[in-house]
Amino acid sequence: MTGWLLALQAIVTREALRFVQQRGRFVAALVRPLVWLLVFAAGFRAALGLSIIPPYQTYITYEVYIVPGLCGMILLFNGMQGSLSLVYDREMGSMRLLLTSPLPRGWLLFCKLLGGTAISILQAYAFLAIAALFDIRMPAMGYVSVLPALLLAGLMLGALGLALSSFIRQLENFAGVMNFVIFPMFFLSSALYPLWKMAESSPLLRDICAVNPFTHAVEMIRFALYMRFEPLSIAVTLGATAGFLALALWGYDPARGMMTRKG
Amino acid sequence: MNGLEISDLGFSYGQKRALDGVSLSVEPGAFCALLGPNGAGKSTLFGLLTRLFTTREGTIRVAGHDIAREPRAALARMGVVFQQQTLDLDLSVRRNLTYFAALHGLGGREAASRIDAALEKLDMGERANERARDLNGGHRRRTEIARALIHKPSVLLLDEPTVGLDVASRTSIVEHVHGLAQDEGLTILWATHLTDEVRGGDRLVVLHRGRVLADGTAAAIAGGETLSDRFLALTEKAA
Repeated sequence: MTGWLLALQAIVTREALRFVQQRGRFVAALVRPLVWLLVFAAGFRAALGLSIIPPYQTYITYEVYIVPGLCGMILLFNGMQGSLSLVYDREMGSMRLLLTSPLPRGWLLFCKLLGGTAISILQAYAFLAIAALFDIRMPAMGYVSVLPALLLAGLMLGALGLALSSFIRQLENFAGVMNFVIFPMFFLSSALYPLWKMAESSPLLRDICAVNPFTHAVEMIRFALYMRFEPLSIAVTLGATAGFLALALWGYDPARGMMTRKG
Repeated sequence: MNGLEISDLGFSYGQKRALDGVSLSVEPGAFCALLGPNGAGKSTLFGLLTRLFTTREGTIRVAGHDIAREPRAALARMGVVFQQQTLDLDLSVRRNLTYFAALHGLGGREAASRIDAALEKLDMGERANERARDLNGGHRRRTEIARALIHKPSVLLLDEPTVGLDVASRTSIVEHVHGLAQDEGLTILWATHLTDEVRGGDRLVVLHRGRVLADGTAAAIAGGETLSDRFLALTEKAA
């Protein structure tokens, strides 16, 4: 068992070291949600009236509403960034090195996923801290209770990135991921507007948002920030994580021959 | 047997046949050069040997372990130097090797002493703390060879390891790896398309269009000719 843990530690450390060396990436990952929070949300504050919906017990400002969605955005972008770095790793060969370890391939991929998620969580906390500096605060205990939600949501989006990386043939195709995965997932969710608001304009769009696993990840984070447990969101996020992981394992199955494309 | 045994291996990319009935066995402690022009199937063979992908045609045994049935045992006995550079350029040589050691379940003092020994073997001891990016091509390759030795494999696979290196670095790496077979008893499979990397006494397998064209000692295959001429004649005749 120690061999497994050693590999976990080494893979997570490698991800962390790479992240530290790419400070630009850290800043970019923070600037994006902060622009949404401090510019977009300020502009929309007046336009969007929010009624009291769970988990909120009083009227809230729009800035408060979109904080969980922006945490989700950080996890989503990082998950996709992880996918990009996996495609890069594959083209550069370090993925080959990883996969020739005698440890089970599923475990190696899981370690990689956990490393990426740990970094996403750090960024989400950095974002929450900056938001708090701007007086957009959650209950103090909410910062603790949100941790498992961030972990699960991070794993789900990381697993999605992992699955996608096994199907993307070249780095050049990554722009497609932006257009067909990140944007629809983010905009067709409850990250920026509550579902009832969406239903007012289009019931169909609302239904799409309701089945989007990202919506459930965001809702799980939203409820967890208020120390509330949202069983449906947690179940959907867990299910989607398992599904994406299975897809990633299938994608990286040597018998399926993902690596043959570079052969 | 402790060496490498490949029997009746076949693989296709869709309609394209990349390997067809490839069989070869390398005795423990032997240096075997796998010579083939570009597109001969060398990289496909390495992909299968390292289990990056699998096939249902034929078997591969590494140090006696069937890679299809006991993949983890087979991978544990195998060291690999890929054609592509696989170092983390922003990390030091030692960190690169520590990462790899952990992937093989080695940590702490044991990993550190094995890393030191492997680096010494390749004359890279003094560069342990340099960033991989600051090394020249030859030293990066040596680092990768040292890395492939940390877990004390019995079979070492090298896929065109001298590509892009200058003559001095190439000669020195060829020399080092021959030494690993002679002195340490490692089984070596060295894929190349350069005939000057093969010595007369080496075991030689010529691969062309996915098939084995010749198998024997390099001197016997060359006959009276230079290996380069013989290789050209063999591959042209097959074409």
